[in-house]
Amino acid sequence: MSKLTFNTDNCKGCGLCVDACPKHILRLATDKINKKGHHPAEIIDQAACIACACCALMCPDVIITVEK
Amino acid sequence: MVVFQKPHALTDAPFHYCPGCTHGIIHRLVAEVIDELGIEGKTIGIAPVGCSVMAYNYFNCDMIEAAHGRAPAVATGVKRANPENIVFTYQGDGDLASIGMAETVHSAARNENITVIFINNAIYGMTGGQMAPTSLPGQVTQTSPYGRDVKACGYPIRVCEMLSELEGPEYLERVTVNSVPNIRKAKKAIRKAFQNQIEGKGFSLIEVISSCPTNWGMTPQAALKWIDDKMIPYYPLGVYKDRSAQKEEAK
Repeated sequence: MSKLTFNTDNCKGCGLCVDACPKHILRLATDKINKKGHHPAEIIDQAACIACACCALMCPDVIITVEK
Repeated sequence: MVVFQKPHALTDAPFHYCPGCTHGIIHRLVAEVIDELGIEGKTIGIAPVGCSVMAYNYFNCDMIEAAHGRAPAVATGVKRANPENIVFTYQGDGDLASIGMAETVHSAARNENITVIFINNAIYGMTGGQMAPTSLPGQVTQTSPYGRDVKACGYPIRVCEMLSELEGPEYLERVTVNSVPNIRKAKKAIRKAFQNQIEGKGFSLIEVISSCPTNWGMTPQAALKWIDDKMIPYYPLGVYKDRSAQKEEAK
């Protein structure tokens, strides 16, 4: 079972992880705002995650931890 | 099992870079390489002037802030005084290719045993998007609102190609970080640059084509595409010099 953890407070909402995900299961949470004032990234479907870590490799702010 | 986490060589300080700026990716790659080679305790980094001026806040190793453009000169002194330490500089194009050109060329010519990470984003980021020596012909910047006119401002400098004409440098490679495969290649190049220094081979420079969404006036996604469409044709990726490989071939 793979698990993605986002350090949401440091997310700048650039969306590079959303484009990098081959399963298209990430999005920017337009209903949330973090303390920096951005819409943070979040995962829609945890079960579909294959723990490829493409999102984490692309993230410029190193906020994603990937576990398998 | 943890597949991916923040490398130990990065501090917990959040990056001050703009959203989507690839400086953060390159910081992380350098930190991952430091972790993998197990050299955090003996690494000394030299921070430049430019957007990455506060790089010393982000790396867990010892850091020195150099005067504008003089990072290779400072690195030369540190490395010669402490040859057992691993010394790297992290410089942007306004630092390395503009005011620091003399230091860059001469440290390469002397084949100083240091590692230089050169971030080329074709613009002055920190000061607000002025034309840099690496700005592309026709590129619109704050100081070239009608596009860079090569008759008045000259042509952009290709640092890797220029340095490859020197006898001195050991390893020169140009990479980019605009996609996952390219990030993996960039990490391999940065790792080799540090490995060369550990083996005492000499001057290694890795030029990383980076994006500047804010000053290019684009979304982070469009900026990554602009690297593919505009930057790579002018700054082709690849290894420009690898003396060890040349020696192997000669044998």
